[in-house]
Amino acid sequence: MSSPRILWRKSLNFVMLTLTGVAAFAVVSVLFLILGYLIWNGGTSLSWNFFTQLPKPVGETGGGMANAIVGSLKLLFLAAVMGLPVGLLAGVYLAEFGGKTFSFIVRYTTDLLNGVPSIVIGIFAYSLAVLPVKHFSALAGGVALGIMVIPITVRSTEEFLRAVPGNMREAAMALGASKWKTIATVVLPAASGGILTGMLLALARVAGETAPLLFTAFGNRFWSQGWGQPIASLPVMIYTYAVAPYDDWHRQAWAAGLVLLALVLLSNLGARFILARSKAV
Amino acid sequence: METAATKEKIVSGAPQPALSVKAFRDPVPMEKITSPTIEHKQRLTISNLNFYYGPKQAVFKLNLKIPTNRVTALIGPSGCGKSTFLRTLNRMNETIRNTRVEGEVLLDGQDIHSLDVVGLRRRVGMVFQRPNPFPKSIYDNVAYGLRINGYKGRLDDLVEHSLRRAALWDEVKDYLKKSAFALSGGQQQRLCIARALAVDPEVLLLDEPCSALDPVTTAKIEELMFQLKDSCTMAIVTHNMQQAARASDFTAFMLDGHLIEHSETSKLFTTPTDPRTEAYITGRFG
Repeated sequence: MSSPRILWRKSLNFVMLTLTGVAAFAVVSVLFLILGYLIWNGGTSLSWNFFTQLPKPVGETGGGMANAIVGSLKLLFLAAVMGLPVGLLAGVYLAEFGGKTFSFIVRYTTDLLNGVPSIVIGIFAYSLAVLPVKHFSALAGGVALGIMVIPITVRSTEEFLRAVPGNMREAAMALGASKWKTIATVVLPAASGGILTGMLLALARVAGETAPLLFTAFGNRFWSQGWGQPIASLPVMIYTYAVAPYDDWHRQAWAAGLVLLALVLLSNLGARFILARSKAV
Repeated sequence: METAATKEKIVSGAPQPALSVKAFRDPVPMEKITSPTIEHKQRLTISNLNFYYGPKQAVFKLNLKIPTNRVTALIGPSGCGKSTFLRTLNRMNETIRNTRVEGEVLLDGQDIHSLDVVGLRRRVGMVFQRPNPFPKSIYDNVAYGLRINGYKGRLDDLVEHSLRRAALWDEVKDYLKKSAFALSGGQQQRLCIARALAVDPEVLLLDEPCSALDPVTTAKIEELMFQLKDSCTMAIVTHNMQQAARASDFTAFMLDGHLIEHSETSKLFTTPTDPRTEAYITGRFG
């Protein structure tokens, strides 16, 4: 009973279904290819020394990237200290206080900031925190990453605050709480799981940034002294080692890639865990 | 003035079946409203209250007295302004942008608009239509109002006392640290009442507190209101006329932002003076 028209429709349906399926499969397989390749190459080059030793001088094999692991964590700490509070408060402003026009401007600017290429933010941090003191520093790297953390934090904070039902705010205010007290004691705690998740994801995103660190934190083959000195970081290490002409350095770059990925994955999983737990309350 | 009076004459003079809906919707001259002769002490005295959402007026020249330690029910069809009116009594409407209130609301002789809003809301508590516990433990929910008001005494005793007053203590005494969301809807609503009672308000405003609850739970809350009368003045907005008849001492009937009739509940439900009240309570509209 299938007329040519129905046959055509059925085959078109089949073709489109196959195309979307293939595309979906391609997305997943790209990720798994990268993961597999990284685990294969990085896993075989990873050793205990990698976590405990400093990089060896050029020409010697072995050594590790202990300074870069600690350096990345220090940079993320700086980014968190500088970026998260600003992002959080701006998110609270947008969700709870903002008027129409100014909120629109803030929201639009935040989206624009989110889209600014990371290398441009690096240049900005360079002129802000490197040029005046005339040397690279962990602080400058923290400024660059901190700026990148802000827009993601703002938008996720705003979104999760908006998801808190309005009747909870009314309940608090009907008990005599001021607006700020209502936000601090009811709304923020109710949204804390989501907000924390957004913050972790923002940090995880900037953990892999290389470009803004190239001319701010610069890099360091030794332990960095204090916050005012250049500091090593995993992404910059990967970049330096991957373009170097030594096989041993290439292997170490793979190992560093794997460690970085594990860091990001762990914080992602942690974020999801926190979110799932906060929803269960 | 004359036309309004004439209309009123026509309305009250017309045989009842001939009443049109349009006639119900006509504004009432204020002097026609019969306020009950109450020898009681008045907790709240509302005079010439107007309320506006932007340019739209929602409450018109409302005069009402809410007697101390009695339950006053506010009835009327949806959108007649009874919730809006209730929310002017603890100035909750101020949280909505672009609203305006005129007139006087006296709480024990003091105009509430000259009072500090935090102190006012401590004295005039509110229970909402949907149970809205905080995502905190049962204990923290009840203690919330005390904590933000800087209460320094023993919280445990007051939490227990409030939960007992809300007839919830026996059901939750072993689960005080559990999340309030673990409670049933009716328990949550009684928790919200306990939370409101914890700061020992003189007036409790109830905005359709039973509309999301089943009949058994509703009965519990009405029983609770009866017990609270010793210590608390209550104003309840309800869509359920049986509830108004059962649970209140005085009833006010509102229509389109106007107070139509206010008297003892037994009187209003048996011998209403205004034909529109009668039409509403007998289910002919609304």
